[in-house]
Amino acid sequence: MSKINDRSREIGEYIAQPDDDLIICRCEEITKGEIRKAVYDGMFTITEIRRYLRTGMGLCQGQTCAKLVKGIVARELGVSPLSIEAAMSRAPMRPIEMKVLGNEIS
Amino acid sequence: MKRYDVIVVGAGPAGLSAAIEAGKKGLRVIVFDENAKPGGQLFKQIHKFFGSIEHKAKIRGFKIGEDLLKEASAAGVEVVLNAIVIGLFLDKEITVQINDAVVHYKGDAIIVATGASENMITFNGWTLPGVIGAGAAQTMMNLHRVKPGKKILMLGTGNVGLVVSFQLMQAGCEVVALVDAAPKIGGYGVHAAKVARCGVPFYLSHTIIKAEGDDCVTGVTIGAVDNKWQLIPGTEKHFDIDTICLAVGLSPMSQLLKMAGCEMEDNPAKGGLVPTCDQYGETSIDGIFVSGDVSGIEEASSAMIGGRISGVAAAYRLGFIDYEELELKSEALKKALLSLRQGMFGPENKGKELTKTEEGYAISANLLTKGYLTNEEVMNYPGVKTMKGIHPIIECSQNIPCNPCQDACKKKCITIGDNITALPVVDEASQCSGCGMCVASCSGQSIFLLNEDYEEGYASVTLPYEFSPLPQKGMMGFALDRSGKAICEAEVVDVKSAPAFDHSNLLTIKVPKEMGMNARFFK
Repeated sequence: MSKINDRSREIGEYIAQPDDDLIICRCEEITKGEIRKAVYDGMFTITEIRRYLRTGMGLCQGQTCAKLVKGIVARELGVSPLSIEAAMSRAPMRPIEMKVLGNEIS
Repeated sequence: MKRYDVIVVGAGPAGLSAAIEAGKKGLRVIVFDENAKPGGQLFKQIHKFFGSIEHKAKIRGFKIGEDLLKEASAAGVEVVLNAIVIGLFLDKEITVQINDAVVHYKGDAIIVATGASENMITFNGWTLPGVIGAGAAQTMMNLHRVKPGKKILMLGTGNVGLVVSFQLMQAGCEVVALVDAAPKIGGYGVHAAKVARCGVPFYLSHTIIKAEGDDCVTGVTIGAVDNKWQLIPGTEKHFDIDTICLAVGLSPMSQLLKMAGCEMEDNPAKGGLVPTCDQYGETSIDGIFVSGDVSGIEEASSAMIGGRISGVAAAYRLGFIDYEELELKSEALKKALLSLRQGMFGPENKGKELTKTEEGYAISANLLTKGYLTNEEVMNYPGVKTMKGIHPIIECSQNIPCNPCQDACKKKCITIGDNITALPVVDEASQCSGCGMCVASCSGQSIFLLNEDYEEGYASVTLPYEFSPLPQKGMMGFALDRSGKAICEAEVVDVKSAPAFDHSNLLTIKVPKEMGMNARFFK
């Protein structure tokens, strides 16, 4: 993988921006500022951001915010969004009730 | 575990087309779709499609959807609705949520045609109720017959933004402006011209600063941006509106393929994360195919052809047809696909600064920034000729893959030729009968009939009219020019609504002779 996982690189300090209170992940109500801060806390990958903040883990499963979060993380790291690995895809692809998920017909 | 030869995920244009081809070759095919109705986005496409006859040009999208469903049923394809595919695994096993259970299926081939989702962009207030995707607006009005709002601002001037803006007006909404951060209109000029002649202004190099309102959208502020996308202070403009539509692109819904372990690439030209695949849509995993928007954002016509190619290829993969038949069948389809990708909006010309058409005509700068051709520019194109009596005026100025007008004219007045993207040429020596078939056949609504010898001092202009209520003969109103400005009084002297026109009514208005080349809409 690329330099994204180079933990030693210096990206400086988190500096607040005027639009930090903008909501990016609507389902989990996570703001741009929280995502930016997470990067400075050492979360350099989408997987880490998701586990740290739950972005893209809500009802729409990142359908709306995946690209937005990627863009924010890339900007803070000073890299192209193309160099950032997309989130893992796992079943179930859509939100599902536990009682349905447990009712398997094989 | 239930087994099928082919499992198709998604019953949109690509999925159904793939299923039909596989079904016709005798494969047992099942299609799952998470929606309550099949057809994907086709049933909300109420406009006529572009292309040639083989691409189902000049047929409205929903009609194409109906035809596909009939064809699927005739091919023995089983379509299961309200069936959500929640997992796709390496060995071509899928899990589907049907009612209150998760059911396992296994296919010898899988065709993923899950389509795309709408992109969003963020600005102050973007989460307010009233900010919606343009596709969502289209679903509301065209499928559920609900007006998305009363006064609407559209962000994005690609074909989706342009087409949906026009349809919003058809639904009775007021579109106050189209806004795009790019310096040029992204979609077809003919689509922009339809919107502009209704009087809707375009704000290019503009972006939304904020959506206003406490509980829902009550207004919007836009502002100009410089060539580095930075806001230029002092350029703010406010509109009182209740709805903001975002038409800012689509992203492939490719998660199932990533989950299955297909090799993926993040490709901006294709709209985002897509599986790498060969010419048949087969991914890095043998027997897992993709077609339609999930393999790269295009439009419904190419999705249908791509789907058919995958369907045929799946039949070959499973041994139902031999290599010779695969080649024979797919070559014809690939040719059709190639012709759809020609022209100035084709992938090869993406991002290029074109100043001339293939024929060498200057491309109108006004069309790209304001949405309409100027009175002077329009005279340059080969579809606009000065002739005695009634004759077609074809305001088609960009090379797009479309040619129904050439076949519509029984008098052979209109020629496009073998190159489907060529501009239509009106033959001055031909005898136009004034039947209006060309006017109704033009998916871009850019053909008009002009008769400058209608009456002493008056000209008649016949224009395509797809609004209701339909004006009646004898009605007085105003003629609007290409920019939507009222230029003179006009009388409706004829209204034609033949079944062959397929709901493109032909309105003939009488205007002072000197306005014949300017009057392009009636209000």
